[in-house]
Amino acid sequence: MERIYLDNAATTPMDPAVIDRMTAVMKTVFGNASSVNSFGREARAILDESRHTIAQSINAARDDEIVFTSGGTESDNTAIIQTALARQREGRHIITTAVEHEAVLKPMQYLEQHGFEVTYLPVDECGMIRLADLRAALRDDTILVSVMTGNNEVGARMPIHEIGELVAPTNAWFHTDAVQAYGLLDIDVQRDHIDLLATSAHKLNGPKFMGFLYRRTGLNFPPLIKGGEQELDRRAGTENIPAIAGFAKAVALLDPDTKRARCEHEQALKESLITKLTDAGIDFEVNGGHGEDYLPHVLSIWFKGVPNDALITNLDLAGIAVAAGSACTAGSLEPSHVLRAMYGDSPRVTETIRFSFGPLNTEAEINTVVQEVAKIINRMKRG
Amino acid sequence: MKDKQHTRVVVGMSGGVDSSVVAYLLKQEGYDVVGVFMKNWDEKKDSGVCTVAEDYEDVAKVANKIGIPYYSVNFEKEYWDRVFTYFLDEYKRGRTPNPDVMCNPKIKFNAFLDYALKLDADYIAMGHYAQTRRDPDGTVHLLRGADPNKDQTYFLSQLTQHHLERALFPIGGMLKSKVRQIAEEAGLATAHKKDSTGVCFIGERNFGKFLSEFLPAQPGKIMTFDGEVKGEHHGLMNYTIGQRRGLGIGGNGTSNEPWFVVGKDLSKNILYVGQGYNNEGLFADKLDASKLNFIAPIDDRGDEFHCTAKIRYRQKDDGVTVRFNADHTKVDVLFDNPTRAVTPGQEVVFYDGEECLGSGTIDHAYWKGELRQYV
Repeated sequence: MERIYLDNAATTPMDPAVIDRMTAVMKTVFGNASSVNSFGREARAILDESRHTIAQSINAARDDEIVFTSGGTESDNTAIIQTALARQREGRHIITTAVEHEAVLKPMQYLEQHGFEVTYLPVDECGMIRLADLRAALRDDTILVSVMTGNNEVGARMPIHEIGELVAPTNAWFHTDAVQAYGLLDIDVQRDHIDLLATSAHKLNGPKFMGFLYRRTGLNFPPLIKGGEQELDRRAGTENIPAIAGFAKAVALLDPDTKRARCEHEQALKESLITKLTDAGIDFEVNGGHGEDYLPHVLSIWFKGVPNDALITNLDLAGIAVAAGSACTAGSLEPSHVLRAMYGDSPRVTETIRFSFGPLNTEAEINTVVQEVAKIINRMKRG
Repeated sequence: MKDKQHTRVVVGMSGGVDSSVVAYLLKQEGYDVVGVFMKNWDEKKDSGVCTVAEDYEDVAKVANKIGIPYYSVNFEKEYWDRVFTYFLDEYKRGRTPNPDVMCNPKIKFNAFLDYALKLDADYIAMGHYAQTRRDPDGTVHLLRGADPNKDQTYFLSQLTQHHLERALFPIGGMLKSKVRQIAEEAGLATAHKKDSTGVCFIGERNFGKFLSEFLPAQPGKIMTFDGEVKGEHHGLMNYTIGQRRGLGIGGNGTSNEPWFVVGKDLSKNILYVGQGYNNEGLFADKLDASKLNFIAPIDDRGDEFHCTAKIRYRQKDDGVTVRFNADHTKVDVLFDNPTRAVTPGQEVVFYDGEECLGSGTIDHAYWKGELRQYV
């Protein structure tokens, strides 16, 4: 069965050039970057070079503002929990949004259990926060504001630049989870006054279990992972040099022209899917929206009256990989907190599917998907 | 009929050895097999340790081993609304419900069947120890599992033709030992997994403690029918007719024999006890039952017929005469032999030889025309 992958917001296939780079590094360089010998220096050279490539990709002022981590989750955890630990004498108030990824929400809940107060900014039906809400929530004892760059479920892009300008003059640090946006959007930590930024390599055709935390110079907090003094004593553990080299390669492949082309390609597929679903007479609505305020690769669709668990399973049995919310440890779908924040207890919450596109998807695949969706929905409604 | 390769069978996989072997056998035969795990209970709803996540892990291991896709479906709401609410209501009425009998027609052969049909299933398959026989006209008869120690028709006795029409029980003709052997030879991760016991959502936990999280316990007196107070009970719902354990009363009395629950009075909140396993208060010669279900039509049997019946799982069935009321909504069941601990709320399940005819829910027990004070 030929399969179609429309779950690129979950993860992406590695780019062949990334695999080549990683393979070459694995074959030739195995030293420990902290070792004071020639093997170590070879590894260290790749580490420095990779860090430079990545620092430039977000216009970081200095290379050493990039700390390699195991991925988005560790980066978010570090930024949030370690900021709170380091700044608890200055204040114990944090602001975030109701639609963050679990990698942000769970650390927030953890901090609440430890005496911190967290304000969750609501979102409107478009999935956007209101700057006025943020302005009203900011206090003298607010030490951190954490707002994602782009939402993983509905794609809503938050007004990062405006948030940065609002937070910059205050005592709070500004963290953004850019896991979905990095690799597609133009990110500039200086222009947008970002203090902390989390990313993950596998969302942009890089390796899994790899990411970085951008940490503006002057922000001091102890490492979350404690041990050796790697990463300038900011993240212990021997660096995974092949994965770091692969990450840098994936980032280097995404020059501005490539990024623009990729965004256009994915946006075109998205618009095409919407048009063709409409033409097929399927009763649906896009959650949030699909214009320029949304990440180009994410499309969240409410198929009215169609339970998403059966739809997603049917699509999978037909070889089409899509997603819906997050799965619990027993594999069943949990109601999406993002859709709940946007629409309350609406049937949308259990009738929504997320399609997410990548550079390898084609128009022909979209045609197949629409045919299959129509077939399944008709069958389910008959049954 | 479609060839096997194009015949989709959706298997209810619980993470146990039985349903693992069902999926394996069907796959070996060449069917298009899809494994689906049912999540019926939210472990966060009570303080017990739940094994749902581990069971799902086992489904994943087994499904990957035999090369079939697997999924999970959430029936927590359906289970709560259709089974658990009934379960609590029955306890509130002083009865002893059997949620596993209800789970089959309400969830496994209903919500799950509907879900499987949405997945374009031709059949559903389950790991129950039960068999079916199909008449030329399509009527399905439910037969006991071949393993006399494992027969599960008791729990399937409320199923209808609609439920069974597309149901397969591939291990119904096997002994449990054979099922384990197949699992072992196939290298399935669940080959040596312990059988689950007890009610599915309660598992191995302390039953009284579980129940008290949902129903407030109302302590009251433990008495003999002669009016002698023997102690205090922790709420009538914690006791079942014929139960010995947990009474906290020593021997003495008239015979020095152990004490048993021989009656309940919900209106007065009294638990009645008597001495001896064979205490006369524990025996009935008749019961009446409602919520009747007969799996295949029994019209030809008339208003009264003789068959066998069991009043609890894991008990040998014994001869009974079944007598319908005028509109066939209730039955009187007259036992050939006096029967111990007939418990309101449990099922009385009827058999004719190997065939499970159906069942009803026990409402009352009688002895020589007199109502037993069991509720």
